[in-house]
Amino acid sequence: MSRDKVDVWVGLFVVLGAIALVFLALKAANLGTFSMGSTYSLTARFDNIGGLKVRAPIKSAGVVVGRVSAIGFDDQMYQGIVTLDIQSQYVFPTDSSAKILTSGLLGEQYIGLEPGGEEENFADGNTIRYTQSAVVLENLISQFLYGKAAEGASAPASN
Amino acid sequence: MVAWLGAIGAATRSSLVGLGSFARFFGLMLARSGAALRRPGLVVQQVHYIGNFSLVIILVSGMFVGFVLGLQGYYTLQRYGSEEALGLLVALSLVRELGPVVTALLFAGRAGTSLTAEIGLMKAGEQLAAMEVMAVDPVRRVLVPRFWAGIIAMPLLAALFSMVGILGGWGVGVLMIGVDEGAFWSQMQNGVDFVDDILNGVIKSVVFGVAVTLIALYQGYSARPTPEGVSRATTRTVVLGSLTVLGLDFLLTALMFS
Repeated sequence: MSRDKVDVWVGLFVVLGAIALVFLALKAANLGTFSMGSTYSLTARFDNIGGLKVRAPIKSAGVVVGRVSAIGFDDQMYQGIVTLDIQSQYVFPTDSSAKILTSGLLGEQYIGLEPGGEEENFADGNTIRYTQSAVVLENLISQFLYGKAAEGASAPASN
Repeated sequence: MVAWLGAIGAATRSSLVGLGSFARFFGLMLARSGAALRRPGLVVQQVHYIGNFSLVIILVSGMFVGFVLGLQGYYTLQRYGSEEALGLLVALSLVRELGPVVTALLFAGRAGTSLTAEIGLMKAGEQLAAMEVMAVDPVRRVLVPRFWAGIIAMPLLAALFSMVGILGGWGVGVLMIGVDEGAFWSQMQNGVDFVDDILNGVIKSVVFGVAVTLIALYQGYSARPTPEGVSRATTRTVVLGSLTVLGLDFLLTALMFS
């Protein structure tokens, strides 16, 4: 085979390999939307972050508006400190609240941002004041059982 | 007793000698790589020989691995009612492990053996000696281009394997079984990280490329110049290459993902 033909085939091979890498980066890892645009960061304190992980999505009205960039622990207040990176084109009032929610019963956890009614908007480095921790299934079950037991104890007395 | 100790000593010494000459061979490759960069045509020719001719087996195996991952993953995940995570399962297992490892094993079988046999036969036919007589350095002219071609071809083949595998998993999961297409891709995109998963997979495939190509060239270059010697060297390429890939994979996984 002549040199030129070999060059063409090798070029095709290299281009195919590069396409495969780009496919993996864009289609499998979603690099395109992840690094898109600039972000500003907010912090939020939670009593319990549950199973929240770094890079978990932040959603408002179900739309992804940012990602969790860091999770830390405050050993003075014994709270989890979550740093949120929000895309710059979305602004939220300063009395917005953050909740840790779960998608589906066993799905991954994400942060839900609910906008408030304040005139001013969050700026880079602000702290979200109103937060609601993750629901821990065990606590929920024990509360339920405790409620049932109390109900069972009070039921005969009322009869 | 003395003979037994002597046998242990001799085995230790010969394996140390083997390891040492292998390391020196690696050093020799790197030291004389300048020649390959000055004559890229030789490398391109070998990429064609090593890479393009391995494409079919890599693509077909990748597709079938993807099919099987899609089927098996679906049956397991469906028990826990989380079949939407199928995309994540297929992509992570391919990009992190199966892509680089299976490609390297196939690469050892497809390209490694042909390298060993080619160089072993060149040596047996005294072509390498003839080159030296003509003042052509066989290391620069024959070995180094093949070495770099292997390093270039291996990560590209692994990326193609992973891509075709993901598409295969998508074909079985979404088209045949009917997993929700949006969930398939979005779960994958939420769970796969570019640096942690994909770049580490690429690093793995480069390391495997170096290891397999180097073993294949070394076995060919140090083969006894007889038909039997070449056949043994070819076998050793597959056995040692595959074992090295699996061992290195364990080490790299422990370093990268722990």
